[in-house]
Amino acid sequence: MTSPREVAVVAFAQTDHVRATDGLSEVEMLLPVLRDVLGQTGMAAGEIDFTCSGSSDYLAGRAFSFTMALDGVGAWPPISESHVEMDGAWALYEAWVKILTGEAETALVYSFGKSSAGDLPEVLTRQLDPYYVAPLWPDSVSLAALQARALIDAGDTDERALAGIAARSRESARDNSHAQLRGSEPVDTLLRGDHLAQPLHTHDVAPVTDGAAAVVLAAGDTARRLSDNPAWIRGMDHRIEAHSLGVRDLTDSPSTRLAAERAGLFDEAAGPPDTAELHAPFTSQEVVLRKALRLGDGDHTAVNPSGGALAANPVMAAGLIRIGEAAARISAGASRRAVAHATSGPCLQQNLVAVLEATPAGAATGTAAGTAAAADGSEGDPE
Amino acid sequence: MNGTVSKEPVAVVGIGQTRHVAARRDVSIAGLVREAAVRALEDAGLTWADIDAVVIGKAPDFFEGVMMPELYLADALGAVGKPMLRVHTAGSVGGSTALVASNLVSARVHRTVLTLAFEKQSESNAMWGLSLPVPFQQPLLAGAGGFFAPHVRAYMHRTAAPDHIGSLVAFKDRRNALKNPYAHLHEEDITLEKVRASPMLWDPIRYSETCPSSDGACAMVLTDREGAGRAPHPPAWVHGGAMRSEPTLFAGKDAVSPRAGSDCAADVYRQAGITDPRREIDAVEMYVPFSWYEPMWLENLGFAEEGEGWKLTESGATELDGDLPVNPSGGVLSTNPIGASGMLRFAEAALQVRGQAGDHQVEGARKALGHAYGGGSQFFSMWLVGAEPPAS
Amino acid sequence: MNPAPAQEALHAPLVVEFPFTRSLGPVQSAFLTGLRERTVLGVRAGDGRVLVPPAEYDPVTAEEIRDLAEVGQTGTVTTWSWNPAPRRGQPLARPFAWVLVRLDGADSALLHALDAPGPDAVRTGMRVRIRWAAERKGEITDIACFEPHEGPEGGAEAGADGPGERAQPRAHDGQFPGEAVTGITAPARLDYVYTPGRAQTRYLNALAGHHTLGERCPECRKVYVPPRGACPTCGVATDEQVEVGPSGTVTSFCIVNIKAKNLDIEVPYVYGHIALDGAGLALHGRIAGLPYDQVRMGLRVEPVWAEGGRYPDHYRPTGEPDADYDTYKELL
Repeated sequence: MTSPREVAVVAFAQTDHVRATDGLSEVEMLLPVLRDVLGQTGMAAGEIDFTCSGSSDYLAGRAFSFTMALDGVGAWPPISESHVEMDGAWALYEAWVKILTGEAETALVYSFGKSSAGDLPEVLTRQLDPYYVAPLWPDSVSLAALQARALIDAGDTDERALAGIAARSRESARDNSHAQLRGSEPVDTLLRGDHLAQPLHTHDVAPVTDGAAAVVLAAGDTARRLSDNPAWIRGMDHRIEAHSLGVRDLTDSPSTRLAAERAGLFDEAAGPPDTAELHAPFTSQEVVLRKALRLGDGDHTAVNPSGGALAANPVMAAGLIRIGEAAARISAGASRRAVAHATSGPCLQQNLVAVLEATPAGAATGTAAGTAAAADGSEGDPE
Repeated sequence: MNGTVSKEPVAVVGIGQTRHVAARRDVSIAGLVREAAVRALEDAGLTWADIDAVVIGKAPDFFEGVMMPELYLADALGAVGKPMLRVHTAGSVGGSTALVASNLVSARVHRTVLTLAFEKQSESNAMWGLSLPVPFQQPLLAGAGGFFAPHVRAYMHRTAAPDHIGSLVAFKDRRNALKNPYAHLHEEDITLEKVRASPMLWDPIRYSETCPSSDGACAMVLTDREGAGRAPHPPAWVHGGAMRSEPTLFAGKDAVSPRAGSDCAADVYRQAGITDPRREIDAVEMYVPFSWYEPMWLENLGFAEEGEGWKLTESGATELDGDLPVNPSGGVLSTNPIGASGMLRFAEAALQVRGQAGDHQVEGARKALGHAYGGGSQFFSMWLVGAEPPAS
Repeated sequence: MNPAPAQEALHAPLVVEFPFTRSLGPVQSAFLTGLRERTVLGVRAGDGRVLVPPAEYDPVTAEEIRDLAEVGQTGTVTTWSWNPAPRRGQPLARPFAWVLVRLDGADSALLHALDAPGPDAVRTGMRVRIRWAAERKGEITDIACFEPHEGPEGGAEAGADGPGERAQPRAHDGQFPGEAVTGITAPARLDYVYTPGRAQTRYLNALAGHHTLGERCPECRKVYVPPRGACPTCGVATDEQVEVGPSGTVTSFCIVNIKAKNLDIEVPYVYGHIALDGAGLALHGRIAGLPYDQVRMGLRVEPVWAEGGRYPDHYRPTGEPDADYDTYKELL
């Protein structure tokens, strides 16, 4: 939905993403990021009204793995806190809703993932239908390759175009000091490489990454106080699709399209976004997302200027990082209107879309509020 | 906190749960959650199309061996094309999940939300899921009860509570469960003597003072004021809800009466305008996995002064016909599908103020507290529900 | 102060393995029982489509669906990918194609493996047929894989192998001779590498020399044993090492009368919380060296090490007078 209350990203921090941390526990990896993001706002954890995190026990290989990460927050005196077993983008969504209720003015959101702990494509097989599919152990790369093949068959892309996405993303990451893969061989060189899972080459697949990220959200005047250039969340929505790959059209992402519509991305008055940070761990998924988000192939939108998940993919944090990167670009004055996207599940089953904007010139004191659209098109019931 | 934001009142208009048992071998995981969800929809007089979003919670994914099982459950819960959120806050998760759903309505993001929590523990083995061996770590030498038993001993030491209090709680909760057709344990021939004669597993905790391991699910439909007006049965209204967390282990932690618990209760009472919980609250569903936690939580939640909780239990006040009935449903001691246990507390509190608790109905209940906790007594979630809409 | 030294972090394999027992419900039960009997069942959705494998709930309307229908054993590849290096647990040990196959008569596709000599032998739209496993027990792997198939849709070359292909699904009551399959066992093993992190590595390395090193928080000055990398109340890194113990005080305990599956300790024994001298909080351990019913809060104890043990085997009384409650009540 579009936001009935002004809420902005006022700080964002992330680790320097790596293939495997040098012997750090999750909390040791996370701690500097939390210090960084709180330091940007000058707030202590105790001054934050609500904290929400996202992580996965299956990624860590341990039950209740999020409980020890809480050590890095400094939750004393006790804090108002929650956790989603999802990418941190959904933790941010929960925190955004908490602020919309009026019960919080500020929120700390964080997420972390050490994908290096296990064999990531194998771990992700445990997400699949436990009766018909998981017993076959189909790895995530093979499933993404099925989707890529469907796109090629439909004429939506080809292996060269996919290599172009890989090269563009990693070249963009040259300017991102946090990225794991910075720079790319030219497309012709890439195409001479072996397939990882035909039609996907190694370059089409996100790296395995350890990393963490954190964001601070704030409402209205608090946001203006904490940041010179808050990145206002104009709308945010997420949708899920059927689970079985065999009932879905893998070349399309209706859940992304619907979430984007609800988040106000297609508002004609606002115009297209100048920036898109898309959570596409496979080149082929960018093709699907561009179509669903109506980004086209033109130059009006810079897609994944950070390099995206293809340059660093800390699972459980990679979606939150897309929102953080989009916001950082707005705060740096490099974007006026950006779309950020996060995904979860096999072949883009679940998708979240956030629309962020800079404060319009001459509207620094609150007239920038989004339309106060009521929930799901209702009339509302003002008191 | 912000005068310009007025929250939408939230009503519980549908409640459903499964008949909880050790192993539901007749259904899939989807079939289990579906059963609770359909009952909640029927109670609310709604169909799948009326639901705007689904918020689901459960404890660790290892219990069923499915990573982020909400992905697989999207179809069974009618979530296709809708938002679906998955909460995990350890043992408090059932409560936290309901609160996340409640926030979606109170923020007017959605009008009607289905929230559900479950555990199908028979897919694996709870002790395996709870104690995966982690390299280098000193193994817990005592099992789940052994983790909590030293805290119980500390409570007994601190308050000079007599030894038999725990057995009173277990006897009461198991008798209450006989009046709850959904409860897992139905010990028709339970006697206080049997509880006291049951084996001492982790002294001071006896076998009959511990919770079972259950398969089960619980679901609720939450809606806004307008939705409540259309509901076929009286709603329960959310008067306050809060979560509080503190670290797992830290210097100065009070494991007997954690501050996160008392802070959480205080926040809920403030929202609900409760100043004297003992007098103003008519029924309590609190998370009591080992019997002694009843007197401990009575103090932590402000129903008794420090050191006096056991006296409240001993006096019979927490019996079904007492003046502060605690766990009229039979509680966690009688039913424990871990991820759903917290939501069952929240849902049972709502059933009480709706007057729909059947044989375990507390006469005239108007305000009830639902309480859940988890981790090393570190995560708390609570809500207070009432028969009347909140004053706004 | 003693700043913490840099040390190579410890690593160890962590295996998460369990044979999950899954009950099926009626639709999945019929499907898997059917596979055992070399019959493929789908289910009819609200819009008339036949879903194979059969869903329990309609992905469009969310309604429960139960109308079973038998479909063919040949089908068409709707998309595919090549798997050059099969992993543990996958259907074939040699390189194969993953395929989504729409069986004849079905409207959705089933994921499985296709046995083919190489990627050049696979294409979208190709015709394939089920290769049944020699021994079938009512699992998705009763379909060993698919194999290329020459022949038109709905062809009549059923042969002795089964009921053959039919383009039109035929209503089926889900009943088969023999006992219905009502559950599956799904063994799952995942291999991880675990690191306890740098702070715990420092602690564990010192413990090998029977020294217990806590770490002090630079803000609140509390000493954490074992250190976990951050002071959990202040949210800052701990890095000043402080040796604590070796003696300590029993702050609370329980008497364990139930034998744990994975522990070789005779019951009854005492499991206690022990605050080592100088530590800001208690750790846990077994208390022995005196009759179990004489263990008490405030008992002073010291560690007893066993050959090769990473942690003290247990703690025994030091013989000192019991500690006063006030000295440890903050450490409970």
